[in-house]
Order: sequence, then structure tokens, then C-alpha cells
Amino acid sequence: MRFLLIEDNIQLAKAICDHLLSDGHVADHAECLSVADDFLATTSYDMILLDIMLPDGDGRDFLNRYRAGAGKSPVIVLTARSEVSDRVGVLDLGADDYITKPFDFSELDARCRAVLRRQGGAATNRKHFGGVEFDGLAGTLMHNGATTHLRNKELRLLETFFNTPDQIYSKAKLVDRLFSYEEDVSENAIEVYVARVRKHLEGSGIGIVTVRGVGYRLSKI
Amino acid sequence: MNGFVKSNSSIRKRLTIQLLCGAAILTICLVLIVRSFAQQLAEQSQDNILAASLTSILDSASIQQGEIAVDIPYSAFSMLSNLADDRVFYRIDLNDEFLTGYADLPRPNLAANSNAPVFVTGPYRGFDIRSVAATRKLALGEQPIEVRAIIAQSRNGMQETLSEISRRVILFGSGFFVLSAIIALLAAQSTVGPLTRLAASVSRRGPQDLRPVIARVPEEMAPLVQSLNQFIGRLETSLNRSEDLITEAAHRVRTPLATVRAQAEITLRRVDKDENRQSLREMIRAIDNSSRAAGQLLDHAMVTLRTDHLERHEIDLNGLVRESVARMQAVANLKDITVIFENTAPSPIQGDIILIQNAIQNLLDNAIKYSPPDSRVEVQLERKGTVVTLTFRDQGRGLPSSDAERLTQRFVRGDNVAGTVGSGLGLTIVEEVMRAHGGTLSFENNPDGVGACVSISFLLS
Repeated sequence: MRFLLIEDNIQLAKAICDHLLSDGHVADHAECLSVADDFLATTSYDMILLDIMLPDGDGRDFLNRYRAGAGKSPVIVLTARSEVSDRVGVLDLGADDYITKPFDFSELDARCRAVLRRQGGAATNRKHFGGVEFDGLAGTLMHNGATTHLRNKELRLLETFFNTPDQIYSKAKLVDRLFSYEEDVSENAIEVYVARVRKHLEGSGIGIVTVRGVGYRLSKI
Repeated sequence: MNGFVKSNSSIRKRLTIQLLCGAAILTICLVLIVRSFAQQLAEQSQDNILAASLTSILDSASIQQGEIAVDIPYSAFSMLSNLADDRVFYRIDLNDEFLTGYADLPRPNLAANSNAPVFVTGPYRGFDIRSVAATRKLALGEQPIEVRAIIAQSRNGMQETLSEISRRVILFGSGFFVLSAIIALLAAQSTVGPLTRLAASVSRRGPQDLRPVIARVPEEMAPLVQSLNQFIGRLETSLNRSEDLITEAAHRVRTPLATVRAQAEITLRRVDKDENRQSLREMIRAIDNSSRAAGQLLDHAMVTLRTDHLERHEIDLNGLVRESVARMQAVANLKDITVIFENTAPSPIQGDIILIQNAIQNLLDNAIKYSPPDSRVEVQLERKGTVVTLTFRDQGRGLPSSDAERLTQRFVRGDNVAGTVGSGLGLTIVEEVMRAHGGTLSFENNPDGVGACVSISFLLS
């Protein structure tokens, strides 16, 4: 998927872009509205992440202008304002959702997924590996003509593997992706989800293999 | 606020009483003056008639064949008989010797060598009489003879006339008083009118209406309205400044926290060493804690600001809950928590949508936060009579066993929430919002012992 991130804080933007790239997405970063306009003139995006307070204007004005100009891409507003005062406006102005800073990347992903799902889904979100099709938006796994509906943690586990097949993930890294930082989860908790996913993949020709002493990866078997 | 207003008696009442007192004094003066003037006139005319009658008697005295003859002319009495029911007395003396008339009629002291008539008022035979006396000298031989005539009349007729005049004057005075009373009431009304209108136009305003007052008022009230407008202006400035400050503070606090958090999260992906990972995780938790605390503090400030000037609009609680649940679903999904909300009939209530949304958000946030993964949060909207109750049931750890009521106090959290990020302000905010809307907040553990059940109730509009 192709993201446009409009955010004037360079470090934050870099971190968000890093996150998106590591999930296998493409991200363009505009640090102000005029650069964003340039990007939008030439490229179409699957998702726009929009900050409100920008050096050359208010993100809400941009949103208004974008929707008035029949811009169709979904927009999620990144707001640093008080929740109490800011909910009014952005949704009415045509934003699909908003997220309050600071946020969890997993929450950002979840909100993107929810918005894209509401929009009917993007075909680019279906990923293939071996004979298996994984739809991160619908939360489904298809092989041999059968469709399995995934629970959220199973979905995120599979998303991680499908985005970067053949990469090895340690249990600790997988814990980071699946659980919030509030929860104190033992690394063994991952085994439960790996076992469930393995069961879904039985007979598909691919599977999650254990790399002894290192972690797990998705592989053809 | 009314408790701070010390009001003594009303301007209208005071003004009316003052004007009525003035009118009463004027009326009494008028009656007294007219009466005394009428009395003077009546006495004057009686005196004139008495004097004329006396003169005609004295003029009729003559010397006929060496004797004094006093022939009282008819006209002397006919002049006096004009006044009804009055008695007339007379007496004529010659050189201090009684000649004719009423012998006991008292004689006034006449100044020597003066022909001017002397008037006296006094009692006589049970009457109040007015008498006049004068002398005339006639020459008879070498000895002049002094003829003295006294004529007196009772004053019954005059008293009657006077009391008739008094009656009319009092009647007229009462009419005058009634008329002035009406004018006084109208004057008080029209004086107080602009004040009443100003008060009404100010109190009729909504809490958010901070436009200056532009009512037309009399000159004397202009300084008051001017100061009022200055106050309104200052209030508006101060409110705007507070809102701006809260917004600005939120932005200044949240943006760097967001940066640090995102960077920590990215770094965590690259770091393998356990102790480094542990510190990064702790760092992220600390950031979450402080951003949550700052956010809730600022939200609380905003809620307090807004509850002070509560806006009331019609809100469909059902739609608002549906919207909030839909927005939180993504977060709930991360923990595989299902939020169930059964759509019910529209439930219109009166309130500030931002505040109520915030209260719902806080309760939903709590329910999800304290719920274990793979559980259910049930949201229910029930209408009973004029009350609509919104209930959140989770399957989490429930409320602390002791002192659950204290949870609505600032910064108080249950003793069973270790490991969950929170500020201790969520329920404080909810309670404040509910209090401002005249609703109630109640919480208890679910009857089956698992999880908490939190409800808020509003009056339907």
C-alpha cells in the first residue's frame, strides 16, 4: 500500500515511515501542505495520514479542500489536541478516522485496516505465498478453496510473516507486535498463537517453521 | 449565584412610595389652602354686609322734634336675610344708655374718636355670632349725642357653606390624589422598565452567548451597560485564552511524547539484547502513563470549563453511543475484545455533545482497558419512563473490594489496577459531566462476580 504522511515533526515522521516500510508499505512524507499538494498532483495514495497543525496551514483546511476537490483517498487525522475539543470537525470535514498522539503503531495499523475495510478493501492488500492467499483487511486465509476467518492476534501474526516472508522473527519481536506494552506477557504466550496459525495452515504447503534458538519464519514445506 | 446578590427594597416600590407621599402632601396642602381661602372670603363678605347694614341703620338716625329718632330701615335686615337660618341681633344705645334691641347683646369696646366700625366674634345665646359696632354723633342742643349701633348675625349659614366647600375640596383632592397615584405608578413602571428589559435580555442568553449587550437604555444606565459589556468582553477573552491554552498545552505535550514513543517502538524492533529491550518497554510505558495523565488533566480542565457554561442541545444518545463504539472497535479488536451494542430506539437528551461523548469515551475506554483478551464488553441503552440509562458491562477484574465510591475522586484508582495505564481522572470526568447534566453515575460489580457494571442515566428530553 502507498501512504502519504503529512507531518511537520521530522523525527516522528521518520519513525512512522520506518514502521510503514518495515510492514512492506510505501510511504511518502510531506512536511507541509504545499509539498503534500505536489505529491497528490502526481500520485494516488491508498491512505493519507494528516497532522493538524502544520507550518503552512491548518490540516483541517487541507482536508476540506481535498474533499471539495473530490479527493477520494481515505484520511486518518493525527491529532495532538485534547480529545474533548477536537472530535468536532475532523470527522465532519471528511476524515475517516482520527488518532490521538502519542499512539501505538498497532493502533494505527488497526485504524488503517478498519478504514480500508469500510471502504471495501484494496486489492493490493491480498498477499500470496505458496498456494495461500492472505487478506489482511478481511482477516481471511484461503487455500485449497477453503476460507478461514482469523482472530485479531492470528491476523497480526500472519500479517507480520506475509509482509516479509523468509525473515526470521524472535519470540520477543513477535510479542512486541502482538501485545500492548502495558501487558507483561511471557514470550511463551506466542507459542499459543503460532500453534493456532499452524493449524490454519495445515495442508496448504506453507507453514511457520521454528528456527532453533532464533525464532520463527514463514516457509514453504 | 443568587446568594451573592444583596437586594434591598425594589426601586419601583421606593419610587412609587415617594411619589405617592408627595402627592398626598400636595393634596393635603391644597385642601387646607382652599378651605382657609374660602373661609376668609365668606367672613369678608359677611363683614361687608354687616358693615353696610350698620351704616344704613346709623344713617337713618335723625333728630325729629328735638328727639333722636332711629328708624331701622327694612333694607338693613333684608341684606342680612340672604343667608338662610341665620339669626340677626341688634342693639342701639344713646350715650351709653340702652335704647332698643337686645339689651344683653355685648358691646364691643370702641376706640374713642374713631368712626371706624369694630368687628367682634363671640358666643351669644348659644350662637356663634359676628357683630359689628359703630357710633355716630348727632348734635342736639349744646350737647352732642352719641348713637351707637351694634348689629350681629349668627354664623350657621356661613359654616354650612364652608363645610359644603370643604366637602367639595376634599372630593376634588381625592380625585387629584388618585390621578397622581396612577401617574406615579406609571412613572415608576417606565423608569424601571429599561432595567427590567436589560435584566431580561441578559438572563435570557445562553451560557455561550458572550456578545455585548446592545439594548437601548436611558443615558443614566449607559455606564452600567458599558461596564457589563466590558465584563463580558473580559470573560470571553479569558475563556478563549483558557481554551487556547489547553489546546496549545495538549499540542506541546503530546507531539514530543508521540515522537519519543514512535522512536522507542522502532528502536525496540532493532534491539535484541534483553536488558535494552526491557528498558525500552519501560520507557514506552512511562510515556504512555505521562501522556495519559497529561491528556486526562487537560481534558478535565476542558470539561470543567465547559460545564461552567453548559451548552444544551438535543443529542441522540443512541447515535452517539453507536459512533463511539464504532470508533473504539479497532482498539478493542487488538485485544480480541468484542464490543456489543444493540441498537435501540433514538434517545433524545439535552446536553453538550462534546462532554457526553467524552464521558462515553472514558467509560468505554475503561471497560476495554480492564478487560482480559478474548472477552466481551456489553453496552446497553435502556429507556424507562423519562430516564435513559447507558450501561457498560465488562468481564474484567471488576471494582476494588473496598472504597469503590472513592473512584470518582481525583487521582484515585482502584487497588487492583496494577499494570494498567491510567490517570485516576476518568471517573472524575464522567461524574462531573453527569452532575452538570443532572444525571447520575453508578457502578457495581456484575451480579455473577465477574467484571464491572458502570451506568450513567440521563433525563430524556
